Amino acid sequence: MARMKFLCDAERCIECNGCVTACKNVNEVPWGVNRRRVVTINDGVVGAERSISVACMHCSDAPCMAVCPVDCFYRTDEGVVLHDKDLCIGCGYCFYACPFGAPQFPQAGAFGLRGKMDKCTFCAGGPEKDLSKEEFSKYGANRLAEGKLPACAEMCSTKALLGGDGDVIADIYRQRVLKRGKGSEVWGWGTAYGKPEQKAPAGAKS
Amino acid sequence: MRNPGKAVLLGVALAATVALSACGERDQVTVYKQGKYQGKPDTKPWENGPGESLYTTSKWTQGDKTSWESALKTRNLAQNEYNRVE
Repeated sequence: MARMKFLCDAERCIECNGCVTACKNVNEVPWGVNRRRVVTINDGVVGAERSISVACMHCSDAPCMAVCPVDCFYRTDEGVVLHDKDLCIGCGYCFYACPFGAPQFPQAGAFGLRGKMDKCTFCAGGPEKDLSKEEFSKYGANRLAEGKLPACAEMCSTKALLGGDGDVIADIYRQRVLKRGKGSEVWGWGTAYGKPEQKAPAGAKS
Repeated sequence: MRNPGKAVLLGVALAATVALSACGERDQVTVYKQGKYQGKPDTKPWENGPGESLYTTSKWTQGDKTSWESALKTRNLAQNEYNRVE
C-alpha cells in the first residue's frame, strides 16, 4: 500500500464545516482545539472564493518530526504521522515548523500555560492499546483499526475532502479533473507530499 | 547467654538501612537520542480483528495486512461518487 494522504478539492469545498464537526464529534476534541479547519480566501468575491479543509497532512518529510526536541513523533507503516503525548513537553516547536498550522495546544492552566500538543491522527489513535479507553482519551478514535477511513473525509458531503491511500485518491481526483476539465492544482499536495522524482532546485531551501 | 554488643550492632545496621533507604541515586533525567522516536511502540491496525469494534462493515482477517488493506481500499473507492452515479 502506498501512504495515507488527504486531498482537498477546492473546486468542490462549500465551506460547510462538516469535516470539522465530524472530527470534533468522533474524537471528542476539547474546546479550543481544532484538529481540522476550513480556510476560505476571497470570501464573498464572486468567482474567486475558494475554500479548503486543512489539518495535519501527514507529510512525507514532516518538519514537526525534524524539530521535536524530545523526538515524540513517529510515522506508521501507512505513512501516518503520530506522536506520544506522554513524551511531549508542549514546547510548541512543531507548531512553528508546520506549514499547515496543524499542531494545537490546549490551554493547560492559568497564564497561557500550554498543554501537550494535539493534532489530527488520521483517525489512527496513538501509541496506546488499540481501541482502548486510554487511547481514546489521549488521541481520539482509532478508525483505521476498525477498518474505516478518517471521519472528516468519509463525512464530506460534496466529497471535496478525500482521505486514504494516496494512489487511490489521486486516481479519483484525476478522473474528476478529466470529467470537469479543470482544477488539476491541489493545494498543499506538493508541500506536504513532495515530488520524490524531482530534485530540489539548486540553491533552494529545504 | 546473649551478646549485647551483637544486638546493638544489629540494631544500628537495621536503623541505618531504614534511614538511608531513600538516599539511592536514581536517574531522573531522560536521555533523548537525536532523531529517533523515543516513545512507546504502537500496534498495527490490522492486528485487531474486525469484531473488536462496533458498527464496522469492513471485513479482514486478524493479523493479515493484505486483507486489511483490501478492506480499506474498498472503503476508499466508495469516495468516488462517479462509480455510484454512472
